Amino acid sequence: MRLSCHVNGERRCADGVRARESLLFVLRERMGLPGSKNACEQGECGSCTVYLDGVPVCACLVPAGQARDRQVVTVEGLGDDGGLDLVQEAFVEAGAVQCGFCTPGFVVAAHDLVRRGYAPTEEEIREALAGNLCRCTGYEKIIDAVKLAASRWWARSG
Amino acid sequence: MDYLQPASWAEALALRAQRPDAVPVAGGTDVMVGLNFDRHRPAALLDLSRLRELTGWERDGDHVRLGAAEPYTRIVQRLRDPLPALAQASRTVGSPQIRNRGSVGGNLGSASPAGDAHPPLLAAGATVEAASVRGTRLIPAAEFFTGVKANALAPDELIAAVRVPVARGPQRFAKIGTRNAMVIAVCSFAVALDLAGRRVGTGVGSAAPTPRRATAAEEFAAGELEAAGLWDSRGPLPGSLARRFGQLVADAASPVDDVRGTAAYRRHALSVIARRTLTWAWAELRKETSGCGCHAM
Ligand SMILES: Cc1cc2nc3c(=O)[nH]c(=O)nc-3n(C[C@H](O)[C@H](O)[C@H](O)COP(=O)(O)OP(=O)(O)OC[C@H]3O[C@@H](n4cnc5c(N)ncnc54)[C@H](O)[C@@H]3O)c2cc1C
Ligand code: FES
Ligand code: FES
Repeated sequence: MRLSCHVNGERRCADGVRARESLLFVLRERMGLPGSKNACEQGECGSCTVYLDGVPVCACLVPAGQARDRQVVTVEGLGDDGGLDLVQEAFVEAGAVQCGFCTPGFVVAAHDLVRRGYAPTEEEIREALAGNLCRCTGYEKIIDAVKLAASRWWARSG
Repeated sequence: MDYLQPASWAEALALRAQRPDAVPVAGGTDVMVGLNFDRHRPAALLDLSRLRELTGWERDGDHVRLGAAEPYTRIVQRLRDPLPALAQASRTVGSPQIRNRGSVGGNLGSASPAGDAHPPLLAAGATVEAASVRGTRLIPAAEFFTGVKANALAPDELIAAVRVPVARGPQRFAKIGTRNAMVIAVCSFAVALDLAGRRVGTGVGSAAPTPRRATAAEEFAAGELEAAGLWDSRGPLPGSLARRFGQLVADAASPVDDVRGTAAYRRHALSVIARRTLTWAWAELRKETSGCGCHAM
């Protein structure tokens, strides 16, 4: 089938999409967007997290056909003009990236928390990121990064 | 494999009747795991995600009619007051990403003994609204689960909604797992106090081939509360009552040993969470009554 949807603000089409394919497969293999990572394909690790109509979801669990005419935003689409988004910058500065495999998923999940525009508690951060696994950092620096991003978001919008 | 994408509910029901070989997919959090791991190769997928009829909820007299595909996230946000146990259970499902997609309709469709929506639906006395081109019928939650991962739907039926009585007293849900997020229940339990009906509702999860009620425990608790005049006085809940309730709930289970826990552990854990949830629910009731804000237990 032909799948047409909006990805990172542009209308995109993919041909030959099979009914069983996930949105993650289409993004990575058919649309050249390898930012969202494929690790578990069962919703456990969160490395494939993207926004679908503004809501963070595991792209590995979305049948591609469900994305038809919907808005998808991947990690590639967060920053403007090829620059880094505020959450991405905070991850770099806080040292929250080691191998980097989990990072795109964490960034999208964290973005959804940070954009709510308040200073989340550590507990709220852990709860918001409970669907994302990292095997390198031990999470502490990821939490620092989210706090940093939230404070900057707050400063910028306030 | 075909991808069927009905634009209307009538079309969805017609397709369901014409294509019994098609697997319905709502949030996809169960279906896609099966496809990704090549456990199933259905002839077709029937996409329910575009049907407005399946999302949202409405108050219908003393019930909430909850659309089958409404995601858990919105249940947590919006239905805490009318459906406390279901909202509490929804909050424990998976992760934010899973709750943004997973639905009660999908939970019922999968009919896993561990499904977190099931104990609250059983405890509250919910009914499942099953629809087909032949019409609509209401299936009580207690009759919906027919075996391990099997349900009472006919091959041409879809779940349109669940009808859940609005809470008429405190409700509690508890779930045992190895961490606070992303766990399939080792066992789970919901209790609903119905003050107007003077009944105690229960639902037991992950401790039998199907989710089930603990009927003997329900009758015992309601009878004891009646005999001691506690429905009216709302005095302290006797510890012996709560303990016996816990035992009767554990007796209602027929758990198995598996990777998540032994049968003996499950039985013990159930008796503990049943006792605690009843105690918490009763404390909430007393707090409401006295208005002092303290847990007078
Ligand atoms: C990482 C992860 C964690 C999870 N954690 C939990 C958890 O903590 N607790 C829990 O209970 N579950 C959990 N699940 C399982 C799953 O998220 C739930 O069962 C969820 O409720 C399924 O809803 P869905 O809309 O995604 O269903 P889908 O995957 O779309 O469908 C599930 C089944 O129901 C059928 N179906 C769906 N909608 C209908 C309908 N309207 N009418 C008829 N049949 C229908 C489908 O054909 C399929 O058989 C988890 C899953 C994952 C991947
Ligand atoms: S690849 Fe999607 S959650 Fe792991
Ligand atoms: S940085 Fe390596 S998995 Fe997270």
